[in-house]
Amino acid sequence: MSHSMRIHLKVWRQAGPNAPGRFESYTVENANEHMSFLELLDVLNEQLIKEGKEPVEFDHDCREGICGSCGVVVDGVAHGPQPRTAVCQLHMRHYKSGDTITVEPWRAKAFPAIRDLVVDRSAFDRIMAAGGYVSVSTGNAPDANAIPISKVDADLAMDYASCIGCGACVAACPNASASLFTAAKISHLAKLPQGSPERKMRVRNMVEQMRKEGFGDCSNHAECEAVCPKGISISAIALMRREYLKAATS
Amino acid sequence: MLSRLYGSPVLKKVTTGLTGIFLTLFVLVHMTGNLAYFADDTGEAYNAYSHFLTHELGALFYLIEIGLLAIFLLHATIGIQIWLGKRAARPEAYAVYRTAGGASRQSLSSRSMIVTGVLLAVWTVFHLVTFKYGTYYETTLADGTVVRDIARLVDEVFGNPMYAFGYPAMMLLLAVHLRHGVWSALQSLGLVRPTASASTYLVGGLLGLAIGVGFLLLPIAIYFQWA
Ligand code: FES
Repeated sequence: MSHSMRIHLKVWRQAGPNAPGRFESYTVENANEHMSFLELLDVLNEQLIKEGKEPVEFDHDCREGICGSCGVVVDGVAHGPQPRTAVCQLHMRHYKSGDTITVEPWRAKAFPAIRDLVVDRSAFDRIMAAGGYVSVSTGNAPDANAIPISKVDADLAMDYASCIGCGACVAACPNASASLFTAAKISHLAKLPQGSPERKMRVRNMVEQMRKEGFGDCSNHAECEAVCPKGISISAIALMRREYLKAATS
Repeated sequence: MLSRLYGSPVLKKVTTGLTGIFLTLFVLVHMTGNLAYFADDTGEAYNAYSHFLTHELGALFYLIEIGLLAIFLLHATIGIQIWLGKRAARPEAYAVYRTAGGASRQSLSSRSMIVTGVLLAVWTVFHLVTFKYGTYYETTLADGTVVRDIARLVDEVFGNPMYAFGYPAMMLLLAVHLRHGVWSALQSLGLVRPTASASTYLVGGLLGLAIGVGFLLLPIAIYFQWA
């Protein structure tokens, strides 16, 4: 038995990259607690289309918290109030009828606005292109177990590799720093033997690209860890700094 | 060298952390030295300590002074630049913003580093003018050496309620600055172990509090004539 919920939304609307943005207020009368937050936006959009208005643009793909496409700031918190949850996995059962929810896009100079809640996160792609890879010769795939790796390192590498690149760390950081994203990618490969040959070049180039993109400096607020849908620890940032110092001093 | 420093977000943090740790060690030694005032000897130990620092260390004293000045300026400059950079990195502010709690270390202390930092920097200049470059009284130690009577100046200054309460207020700001600062410096140097993050944060906060309280005892005790 699901009860109908009335949800008020204050949504950031912006017609284009350089258009001025503003909040618009909407009410969704027929929401219910089984809906995800993105489904609530779907219902709002159906409503808007019926009224002949422009639907609210927002990014999404898998809707199961694994692709990193979705991401909006819900009542001041990136991905909303549920810890370790991408906004596509936030459900309306955490709200009650009559609630008002404010929805904003990620805000950072390095994530330029595209439209409504959609921002351009290609800065992350360029950071990845600067070194977030390992070079592998073509040919037959090597035996997966041929290179020994300790369980501890494998687990840590997996923790860092769980980054889905959604950008919540940047959105939540008071300085709009991309340190957690960049550090997760660097640390993931730093923990693996396959990442070792290119480690110095990787940390130098990725940090440099992060700076070029116009992200802010880290102030160790650790807000990034708190909003990361994968709960990636800022110990990745500490590891990135050690990697950087090793690369700089050798 | 400076361009290399500013060209790297990591080196900037490492430098802020290193200079911050030096400054923390300095205030810790300074605070401990101040406690000599509480010796029951009408300022003798305090004056002797001050004389030792300024006259018996020789060239080392000037080296330390210049070093401290350089460290102080570097720490302040990078701090201000990080603050300016943060404004540039988010030109449009959120209408609604709050911390998610949990793992976040965001606090009044972490958000106000620029405010406490700038206030402390300005205050440091006043502090030097008041004491280092303040009235030069002389006194004779028990062993016959003529030394500066800094204890007398300290008594005079903290007899004035503006100083007696203004100083403790500034020292509380220092404690607030160090609450985030100590932990942050260690994290910036990559020294915080993942398993010890919470305890490092706690110890950093307690150290900040101890330094702040250690300093503010002196003016309060003098004003109320406890010592
Ligand atoms: S839509 Fe894929 S993570 Fe949310």
